[in-house]
Amino acid sequence: MAAAECSFAGHLTDGISRAVASSTADVSVEIVGVTKHYRTAKSGTVHALDEVSISFKPGEFVSIVGPSGCGKSTLMMLISGLIPASSGTIRVGAKEVRGPVREAGIVFQRDVLLDWRSVLSNVMLPVEIRGLDPASYLKKARELLQSVGLAEFEEKYPGELSGGMRQRVSICRALVQQPGLLLMDEPFGALDALTREQMNLDLQRMWLRDRNTVLFITHSIEEAVFLSDRVVVMSARPGTVSEVLDIELARPRGASTRSDRKFVEYIERIRRRFFAQGILSES
Amino acid sequence: MSTAMPINLPRSAGARAWAWFTDQGAAIGILILIFVLWEVLVRGLNVPNYILPAPTVILLKIYHDWGLLMSNGWATTQEVLLGFGLSVVVGIPLAVGIVYSRIFERVAFPLMVSLQTVPKVALAPILVMWFGYGILPKVLVAFLISFFPIVMNTVIGMRSTEKEMIYLVRSMGAGDLQTFLKVRLPKALPSIFGGLKVGIGQAVIGAVVGEFIAAEEGLGYLQLIAQVRLDTPLLFASVVLLSLMGVLLFNIVVWIERLVIPWHRQITEQTE
Repeated sequence: MAAAECSFAGHLTDGISRAVASSTADVSVEIVGVTKHYRTAKSGTVHALDEVSISFKPGEFVSIVGPSGCGKSTLMMLISGLIPASSGTIRVGAKEVRGPVREAGIVFQRDVLLDWRSVLSNVMLPVEIRGLDPASYLKKARELLQSVGLAEFEEKYPGELSGGMRQRVSICRALVQQPGLLLMDEPFGALDALTREQMNLDLQRMWLRDRNTVLFITHSIEEAVFLSDRVVVMSARPGTVSEVLDIELARPRGASTRSDRKFVEYIERIRRRFFAQGILSES
Repeated sequence: MSTAMPINLPRSAGARAWAWFTDQGAAIGILILIFVLWEVLVRGLNVPNYILPAPTVILLKIYHDWGLLMSNGWATTQEVLLGFGLSVVVGIPLAVGIVYSRIFERVAFPLMVSLQTVPKVALAPILVMWFGYGILPKVLVAFLISFFPIVMNTVIGMRSTEKEMIYLVRSMGAGDLQTFLKVRLPKALPSIFGGLKVGIGQAVIGAVVGEFIAAEEGLGYLQLIAQVRLDTPLLFASVVLLSLMGVLLFNIVVWIERLVIPWHRQITEQTE
């Protein structure tokens, strides 16, 4: 489980100081030569990821874009420690990942809220499962709901909320423990375009406040460029890193960013990369 | 309910009664019409009581034989409740076993499905032969017949949890027990109650069939006696009481469902 042993190889001093303040400190992520095969009943052995190496600095916002089935979700699952890599090593903070990573908050495309719990009680779920003192987190939970405009909804059930509101609740749930690492797997993929744009702005605002390390997986090139410090472009299966792009746009980004020439150029560049790989084609 | 108002608005008792009437009015009207027609035809055509008694005759019979009907009704109710209770106590843990254990899934599940094809009613004479005239064979028939829908619905409910949900709670450090108690079980409750609602009706059928084979009391037994005596009004009176019992037990399950999963009602009413 999360009590994976510390790797005493290189990052010792760094590691100890981080581990102590794990819930608030931003964590680095280091992925070295990670390969993942898995078996499915239908298609036999799937080679999902091949020799992926990449690292995220503490407090960095990194997006991963790539075609469907390129293993970007698998990569996220590996980092979260929920599934093991076939080979290679992953470190979160200084600890090698050997089981569910405590520092990580996760948001999926489906909000997977518990329908039988109120909004507030959903946000408090991680606190409850970890057996932490609810009183000390209640204030944080309410602040988070307030910051996404859901303060008046804390006693409502998820069934009474819209899709965008539900996803906001699921983000609050991921953030209630102030995780050093936020893993988001196409969190806005099921939302309509306008809600999605608003969610991008909300997420940026929250991230600028907390500055946790964020790994954001998306299909949308524009969304990736808008949100990120770096965009990782992946190739089709077996997934490999085909390009890493530093996004140098001023923050906070807003309406004017989207018409910025540099913004458009980044998008063009990534799109050309997909054309070059044959993932996009005009014929 | 197409005419239901938004659930957030408080409604007065009068408005609720009116809404209920506009919803149910047509059904009640047709029912009353049928009974009136029945009464008129039976009296007009002079149909003898032993062929088809008029509704008023049946009602009078229920009034006169109230004590008899009640004591036998209570006997049947006990069989139903014990049989149904046994289904719940055995069925739900078995379903949990099927969901959590490979061996259970591979062995118990196919066995259960193939046993389901056996008409349980046909087992009743065998059970009577083994266990005699007492309450046990009726309880067992009620159990056998109500067991399957409860197990099936519980299994389906337990499997309805999204894999992301399981991943999420595991990432929070939840073990199997916590995942079960906090996610899988509550998630399965609407489906479990679906099974219970089917099961309670089946249990009534099981108990009555058991009584038909061999019994010393119960509404099914009373029907056999009434049939031999050509006491058709009593036959009908027993049918009425059995129906009322079925409706009552079903509604008790519905009422418990609302207590246990109020959130489910909220969701379904919104989407309707």
